[in-house]
Amino acid sequence: MTRKKRSALAVFRESKIAIAGSILIVVVVSIAILAPWVSPYDPREQKVVKRLQGPQADYLLGTDHYGRDILTRIIWGSRTSLTVGLLAVTFAGLLGTCLGIIAGYKGGWIENFIMRAADVFLSLPSLLTGLIVIVALGSGISNVVIAISVALTPRFIRLAHGPTLSLKEIGYVEATRASGGQEIRIMLRHILPNIIGPIAVMATLWVATAIRIEASLSFLGLGTQPPNSSWGLMLKSGVDNIMISPYLAVFPGLAIMFAVMAFNMVGDGLRDALDPKLQG
Amino acid sequence: MVKYVIRRILLMIPTIWVMVTVVFFAMHVLPGDPAISILGEYASAEALENLRKELGLDQPLIIQYLDFLWDMVRGDLGNSLSNNKPVSWLILSVLPYSVILSFSAILISIIIGIPIGILSALKRNHWIDYIARIAALLGFSTPTFYLGILLLLLFSLKLDLFPMIGGGELSNLGSMLHHLTLPALAMGLVNASIVTRMTRSAVLDVMNEDYVQTARSKGLQERKVIYKHALRNALIPVIAVIGVYVGVTLGTAVLTEIVFNRPGIGKLLVGAVYNRDYPTIQGTLVVFAAFIAFINLLTDLSYGIADPRVRYE
Amino acid sequence: MAKLIEVKNLKTNFYTIGGVVRAVNGVDFTIEREKTLGVVGESGCGKSVTALSIMRLIQPPGMIDEGEILFHQKGKVIDLTRLNAKGPIMRSIRGNEIAMIFQEPMTSLNPVFTIGDQIMESIMLHQRLGKDDARDKAVEMLKAVGIPSPEVRIGEYPHQLSGGMRQRAMIAMAISCKPSLLIADEPTTALDVTIQAQVLNLMNGLRTEFQTAIMFITHDLGVIAHMADDVIVMYLGRVVESGTVRQIFHNPTHPYTRGLMNSIPSLAETKEKRLIPIEGVVPDILDVGGGCGFESRCPDKMDICKREVPILTAISLGHHSACWLHAK
Repeated sequence: MTRKKRSALAVFRESKIAIAGSILIVVVVSIAILAPWVSPYDPREQKVVKRLQGPQADYLLGTDHYGRDILTRIIWGSRTSLTVGLLAVTFAGLLGTCLGIIAGYKGGWIENFIMRAADVFLSLPSLLTGLIVIVALGSGISNVVIAISVALTPRFIRLAHGPTLSLKEIGYVEATRASGGQEIRIMLRHILPNIIGPIAVMATLWVATAIRIEASLSFLGLGTQPPNSSWGLMLKSGVDNIMISPYLAVFPGLAIMFAVMAFNMVGDGLRDALDPKLQG
Repeated sequence: MVKYVIRRILLMIPTIWVMVTVVFFAMHVLPGDPAISILGEYASAEALENLRKELGLDQPLIIQYLDFLWDMVRGDLGNSLSNNKPVSWLILSVLPYSVILSFSAILISIIIGIPIGILSALKRNHWIDYIARIAALLGFSTPTFYLGILLLLLFSLKLDLFPMIGGGELSNLGSMLHHLTLPALAMGLVNASIVTRMTRSAVLDVMNEDYVQTARSKGLQERKVIYKHALRNALIPVIAVIGVYVGVTLGTAVLTEIVFNRPGIGKLLVGAVYNRDYPTIQGTLVVFAAFIAFINLLTDLSYGIADPRVRYE
Repeated sequence: MAKLIEVKNLKTNFYTIGGVVRAVNGVDFTIEREKTLGVVGESGCGKSVTALSIMRLIQPPGMIDEGEILFHQKGKVIDLTRLNAKGPIMRSIRGNEIAMIFQEPMTSLNPVFTIGDQIMESIMLHQRLGKDDARDKAVEMLKAVGIPSPEVRIGEYPHQLSGGMRQRAMIAMAISCKPSLLIADEPTTALDVTIQAQVLNLMNGLRTEFQTAIMFITHDLGVIAHMADDVIVMYLGRVVESGTVRQIFHNPTHPYTRGLMNSIPSLAETKEKRLIPIEGVVPDILDVGGGCGFESRCPDKMDICKREVPILTAISLGHHSACWLHAK
């Protein structure tokens, strides 16, 4: 008996949450790209006289502890969050997926080693893993990207490993005659296209995680360093000055929520779209 | 069952060992000379050399590693570079605060999260479900420390209902609870959103299982079908998630302690990182690792109790 | 023999996003006390939905839209369709006077409870026995279905038993309250052939011992021949032929039934006879328009078959076929 299957795209389009999330992401990305043209001030422009003031005509969201416009710094902060988030997930995704496929495909002690290592890192909270890397390498944006990549890689390893185990059986006939070069082709041609789906879903959700970890590390003073703008760093100054002016502690947090929520919504939508139970 | 328990306990040891090794080597990869950090750049070469000898830094790395392991097993985590007190003592003095915070946060997340998740699943696509899902999405997207900041602003600064700083006195329950409320709520509410999502999806999955239909076919009341047959199975993956999120909670505890200026391992760790107090950094990370391994053990054991299929592996 | 269940013009529909699925589209049949009714047909013909309708286990988006299910219960006649499916009256019937066993014993038994607990649950619910009495009864039941060392087995979990034993345990659970009707939905399809025979013989024995009628659903004609007294053949939500097992096997009248008979290999054939499959595939149930559902594949189709649904007409006493060929 045939039953019409709704395509993944159709399911995605039906989900209001997914659509809303996609729009939000477009908004955030546009703001990040267009930052120099969209922001009212230069992010480094200080007017110490006007420090820690609330929303007013000239400064829509108020000023920070150096008299800089909060709105401008939030706009520029989106660049940091997005860059770090997307870079970290890309690196972790590439490395983790490769390792996961290799582990699943090769089996034996290679698989054991990779998966055990991944398990150990997975049991540590991502923030702590990131912290350890920062302690080892020092702070700063590039190290933050490395730190978050290290924290996220085991997740991709675990994600790619499972399906590879089932999929490798299909390529088995060719595999029996495979030499080194051919094995890579099998992995690329048979296995990779089939796992892309769930990996893309989780990657989207983990961009949200990455943004959050960057904000956390910066909040601790161990991530992005001044004078670069980072939402987490702004919250840190916000908390330090919370008795004088609450706005620096509130608005950057909303930006974080906005961005994180956008990626979560799209990730959820993607997950529902690719879920076989919801089709048809 | 006993074999399962023993096996799990034995597995804990190599896990901790690996984590601890990772911590050790991360510490010793650092650029820069700890001796200089302590004595300053203008210290004499002799003084630096003496300090290095004292800290054991002149030994080959392997010897340092083995010494580290040996000391750790005996409970000696070295002395803090900031105040020369034993690291283990520093940790123990703040450990209760962290434990209580994490425990309360998890309790709150379970008490709020599971019932809402169940309700959400049973009333699928009802308005209750939609509100619960949106709330969960919001909660899930809010960084814990941000929620902490907001709670602090509202209930502490503005309304002056709760203290801004500190953890209270250990001996005074009222004081402890008073200082505990806001941070535990911040962590608990965010975690609750995760628990809700997980519970909802687990219950939805289980309700489609064949044995639910069998239970109905026996003439059981719908309530019994749901609470006895379905839920019992749905809670199995939820236990797993809670176990994982206890680990995550330890991470967010670090941030929450900073926001609320609350004593705890997290605050100790961050302070040590600022001060380049390597023994303390190492010591706290080791304790974290042990804690996490222990939580994993408890989760596995709960799994074994909940799911009879696992016991007989 | 006395009537136990009378199904009249039953229509059960599923209101899905893709359209309305008329899973049971006007079905009539009768189950008699202590007899076995075989329900045969391919996947998707509505056999399981019919059974679930009788048990009032149809979940949204499905519902019984029309028809009656008359249950002749100790002198009274109740229309099961009029009852509240989750209400106390239906629940006192379900699992107690009408019980059901399913195809997959592994997934149909709850993995976190012992089989003893699951059997005792029925007993304690419907027979008001205390835990100890219920336990004794459960052990008795396990013995009756031929499970060795029942006192040990009663404390075991489903995953610890083999497939055949799980199915026996399911049967024990179903008959523990001595139902007057046992509905069996493909109970042996998932089992090995040798175990199949054992379970089928067990069911026949239990039928005599417990005086239970059986509604046996399957797509396997061989099993029908072995088990059934009466047979109904279903296609796309309708009954296309009904009669005693003799009538159906010796004189299959409806083109679909004849097609089924021709498609099964038979060891009795000495000549090399080609298996004749039925042409075409079962149409999508959403695409069925007016007229006979089998029309698209029927070798004997006529003009009227496309326009009008054939009604059950008598071929001989007790033997009916829904085909325009015989309706003259």
